[in-house]
Amino acid sequence: MFVEMLNKNYFAWKELLDFRYCAVLKSRNVLDEMDVAFVEGAISSDREKEKLELIRSKAKYLVAIGSCACTGGPSAQRNDFPENIKVKIDPFLKRWNLYEKVLPLDKVVKVDDKVDGCPMVEPVFLKVLDKYLKEFGVVKAEGAKDA
Amino acid sequence: MHNHNFDITIKNLSKIEGHTDVEVEVRDGKVVGSRMRVNENKRFFTEAAVGKPALAVHQIVSRICGTCSVAHLMCCINCVENALHVEPSEQTLALRDLMLYGLNIRDHAMHLYLFCLPDIFKKDSVLEFADSGYEHDLVHKAFDVKSAGNDLGTLIGGRAVHAPFPQVGGFLKIPKKEDAKRVAQTLKGIRAAAVEFVDIFHKCDFHFDTDTTYIALRNKRFSYLDGDLMTSDGLCIGHNNFRHHLEKFVVPYSTAPGFEFHGRPYMVGAMSRMNISKDTLHKDTVKDMGKPLKEFPSANVFHNNLAQAIEIVHCIDSAVELLEKMDFKEEPKKQIKPKKSQGIGVMEAPRGTLYYNLSIDGDGKIENADLVIPTSQNHVKMDLDIGALVQEKLDAGMGKEDMPLEIEKLIRAYDPCMSCATHFLRVKWK
Repeated sequence: MFVEMLNKNYFAWKELLDFRYCAVLKSRNVLDEMDVAFVEGAISSDREKEKLELIRSKAKYLVAIGSCACTGGPSAQRNDFPENIKVKIDPFLKRWNLYEKVLPLDKVVKVDDKVDGCPMVEPVFLKVLDKYLKEFGVVKAEGAKDA
Repeated sequence: MHNHNFDITIKNLSKIEGHTDVEVEVRDGKVVGSRMRVNENKRFFTEAAVGKPALAVHQIVSRICGTCSVAHLMCCINCVENALHVEPSEQTLALRDLMLYGLNIRDHAMHLYLFCLPDIFKKDSVLEFADSGYEHDLVHKAFDVKSAGNDLGTLIGGRAVHAPFPQVGGFLKIPKKEDAKRVAQTLKGIRAAAVEFVDIFHKCDFHFDTDTTYIALRNKRFSYLDGDLMTSDGLCIGHNNFRHHLEKFVVPYSTAPGFEFHGRPYMVGAMSRMNISKDTLHKDTVKDMGKPLKEFPSANVFHNNLAQAIEIVHCIDSAVELLEKMDFKEEPKKQIKPKKSQGIGVMEAPRGTLYYNLSIDGDGKIENADLVIPTSQNHVKMDLDIGALVQEKLDAGMGKEDMPLEIEKLIRAYDPCMSCATHFLRVKWK
């Protein structure tokens, strides 16, 4: 959905944002200090948990985007599988070192904001983004006066 | 030069759909191993589908992938309709054609203009394109084309991603004629840009020849919705028999399975479609794509990008014609009573042939699901081609440090979607 939102917002965001890590857009990504990290997807392995914790340690704020990140979403549907299907998927969970339960981000790290929905709800994302743009003084807060 | 040993490892390959690592081993100047270690986590969608109502399950499988959601929606609906012997109206089929044209425009545009174009311009990202002049204009055009595909999907499906309107038997809502005219105008407005991009990908000199069998649906109007399964060897396969020609197996280092056709790797996707059916493209596309079309049939993997660029023009031309001639009438909703049955649905997703086989129980719930995903079908071929490419570059004297970019370019040309490829359990179909 983020890539779809670029259609209308790319040039505005390019002026306002410094994309530090965005594998869908570029190869040379750096996970260094970030003002806000927008993270999609749920957590189902140590590899993902460690990466999320690293992101959290580098970011002043962390926003979960999409159902999987906010609630576990479709990724977590296996948490509620009946026993006869759980037995079938168990060897795969073991083979790939996957957790028995898929976790939303806030079960692993502190999450400052959520943009829920599958796909995420575009106006909510824009509102959250605007909040942080104002917080970091990238755009002027409403009612703010010139210094 | 030929007596050295080294390994190449690319972690989290960028500018593709989903996550994979790549590994190549070279010993005594010879490639001895090459593989995509797909590391997307399994989400077990085929298991999640079990027990869900057959008339609603399309909204679950749509979530397999945001990028390809419309393809899963359409193929699943088609499969359930085949199981329940539901005949969609002519208008419904035309609306589905339009949804798939919209999907291919936005999906191909994302892949070509955001993922591949930077390689041609020797840049890491479109973010590095100049802020003015030619490069700036190109990025503008890229988003305009992509956006027009999104508009078409939204017009017909209510939303471009996880569209709410398509149902078994028809659509919840029919577009208004005036909105259809507006989107037709938008599509006409971006056609010249789409043609310009074809020229860029045609002039691109990236080259890697592969030797394989190409498979795609073939019909009279280069539609993604129906047709006979054809191979580049001239074989015609009925939908019900396709799965019998394939062998599915576990790729031990990858969370995605692999497929072989008659015991050999094969390729699906835009290049397969173009190799098999270029004569059926829209007449306006054929008229304006004379030189690029002469490249097909092609064995150059990078022509998959060119084929996608041409398909964008074909989708624009086909969509405009439909939008302008259709009446968009309200139709009575079909009354559908699910029953114990089994169905097969086959269509062309942007990345190639997509196959659904669903069985439905007496209560109208899904009993079993078997899916064949395009990227899984290309998995074996891609692994082998990565090795062959490195060997070719090695023999030509290229150093190890320049190899990763060459590998990345090749994988991007295949346009894999790891999200789609990994979310199924091995299924024993009886």
